[in-house]
Amino acid sequence: MSLNRREFIGIGGAAVAGMALAPGLRLIDLAQARSPDETVTSLKRWGLLIDIDKCQDCNVCVTACHEENGVVGHGRPATDPQWIRKVTIKDKQTGYVQTLPLMCQHCESPPCVDVCPTGASFKRADGIVLVDKHICIGCRYCMMACPYKARSFVHEDTTDQKPHAPRGKGTVESCTLCVHRVDAGKIPACVEACTQDGNQAMVFGDLKDRNSDVSKNLASGLSVQLRPDLNLNTGVRYRGI
Amino acid sequence: MAQAHFDTIEGRGPGFYLLLAILGAFIVAGVLAALYMEHNGHWVTGMSNQIVWGTPHVFAVFLIVAASGALNVASIASVFGRQLYKPLTRLSGLLSITLLAGGLIVLVLDLGRPDRLIEAMTYYNFKSIFALNIILYVGFFAVVAVYLWMMMERRMNDYTKPVGMFAFIWRLTLTTGTGSIFGFLVARDAYDTAVLAPMFIIMSFSYGLAIFMVVLMAAMRWTGRELGDAVFGRLRNLLGVFVAAVLYFVVVHHLTNLYITQRHGIEGFILLHGGQFTQMFWIGQIILGSVIPLVILFSRLGKSRAMVMLASLLVTMGGVAQMYVTIIGGQAYPMPLVPGKEASSSFFDGVVASYAPSLPEIGLGLGGIALALAMTVVALKVLPFLPKSLSDADADPHFKAEPAKSEPAAA
Repeated sequence: MSLNRREFIGIGGAAVAGMALAPGLRLIDLAQARSPDETVTSLKRWGLLIDIDKCQDCNVCVTACHEENGVVGHGRPATDPQWIRKVTIKDKQTGYVQTLPLMCQHCESPPCVDVCPTGASFKRADGIVLVDKHICIGCRYCMMACPYKARSFVHEDTTDQKPHAPRGKGTVESCTLCVHRVDAGKIPACVEACTQDGNQAMVFGDLKDRNSDVSKNLASGLSVQLRPDLNLNTGVRYRGI
Repeated sequence: MAQAHFDTIEGRGPGFYLLLAILGAFIVAGVLAALYMEHNGHWVTGMSNQIVWGTPHVFAVFLIVAASGALNVASIASVFGRQLYKPLTRLSGLLSITLLAGGLIVLVLDLGRPDRLIEAMTYYNFKSIFALNIILYVGFFAVVAVYLWMMMERRMNDYTKPVGMFAFIWRLTLTTGTGSIFGFLVARDAYDTAVLAPMFIIMSFSYGLAIFMVVLMAAMRWTGRELGDAVFGRLRNLLGVFVAAVLYFVVVHHLTNLYITQRHGIEGFILLHGGQFTQMFWIGQIILGSVIPLVILFSRLGKSRAMVMLASLLVTMGGVAQMYVTIIGGQAYPMPLVPGKEASSSFFDGVVASYAPSLPEIGLGLGGIALALAMTVVALKVLPFLPKSLSDADADPHFKAEPAKSEPAAA
């Protein structure tokens, strides 16, 4: 097929116009989404309410978390990482047994952040406590400081990492409250799994928004923090202990 | 007193090179251990997500605490004006630098990412006592180096006292920082107490002087220099006082915890049914590390140089035992989660964590001690740190008058 000059200019012009317009059209999409800067604001504080009367003797939250974040063990319980775990508590007097999921409690005053020498352990404006894997030197002082044993040290090489949850031998890691999902407007994997499984034991949301499910739920009944004596104002609250 | 005279050691004989070869072997073993741990990851050690600080920390913290204590002998001369200690000041400064270097290298090589040391030097969280300690440790090298310069350069001698005063305050701050690493841990029953800061200071007096005496007695003997009864007796008595003072702090710490019902669990664990930790406490820290040295130092046994050497070595080993009980025992005891409830999980909640030191960890720790000693030995050969003589006549002319009865009044 041969093009004369007129046709060539016409097609060429259309192509150039398309190339110029396409990014603009794409920008409309981006403009409607929240920018990375806007997502992190202290006007929000993300939190969880876990009703342990509804918490069944299952492991779906743990499995979902570890699949979502690519947390893989090596069959060595003492050194394998656990971002979330099921803890059984038994009353010393009465013998009454309950089970609850335990993960980073996303404290308002996190001891791990206080002790971290480099600032790798940090709290986002919206209350999510994270580890910056680029400046963590692996000193493990945060693990000494955390009252909930929420953190794990990566004791060996990692494989099958997820792009949204980088992990590295020699650094410390813990529950991120699925920050990558939250920033995309979704709920954490553990909460989603618990809900889908029909237990409905976990409610996620903005603690500063009075109309959020989690706030309304918290306002409607008793709830407790773990280790309230430490006055850390945890973002994760429990009901039924 | 007469002007103190210093001299380098000859350092040519087979004994000198044999000593360096032995220390060198331990250093090589330490380096290999560190490479092995970093290559494989920490799962090859005894450490875990339960015991996050293991044997390397025991040695590292011990050496760092001992380092600041080793400087005390110099402080007694410069700050408190005791002339008898003046010939000992240079060795005191030297040991404080080498022990700190040995401790820090162990600490750094046990990091998950020692290659990122530069991050620790460039990113600071000033609320972290660990970050402040990095500044205190690095500053300590500089302060003591200047202090040594003031001591060793005749034209600068006049400045020894103010610089010595500054170094003394710096070292007290440094050990306060080291004790506070544990004192500031709110979550664990074994820590979270202000007493750890002054306790670490008094521990540093004891460990530092014990190591100083071991090195001094060995160096003077192996180089054929005289160590008179005046200096020897004074150091011996001082060590006894320090060991007793540490024991006092240990008793106060445990008595306080025993009064607080919330802490009966950790106390029962350390004092009664904690297995290796209970044994390490009673046999290592108390009997071998405190009681036997006290008996030696304050009885007629203390007249024997060999027995005082033994006592100093026991204080040193007792110090390592104390660090083991404090650091590892404190982590092994589970943290309370919900009051009145027993917790259990696949992550070892509510159970005593098991720990056994692995060979690489011990190798790294001993490598740090060997490095500190090797640096000391080489430095003694290069610069005049060691006094030519510590005979009674040289050290304290007044001592000769009534050697049998009197100890000079000034302490």
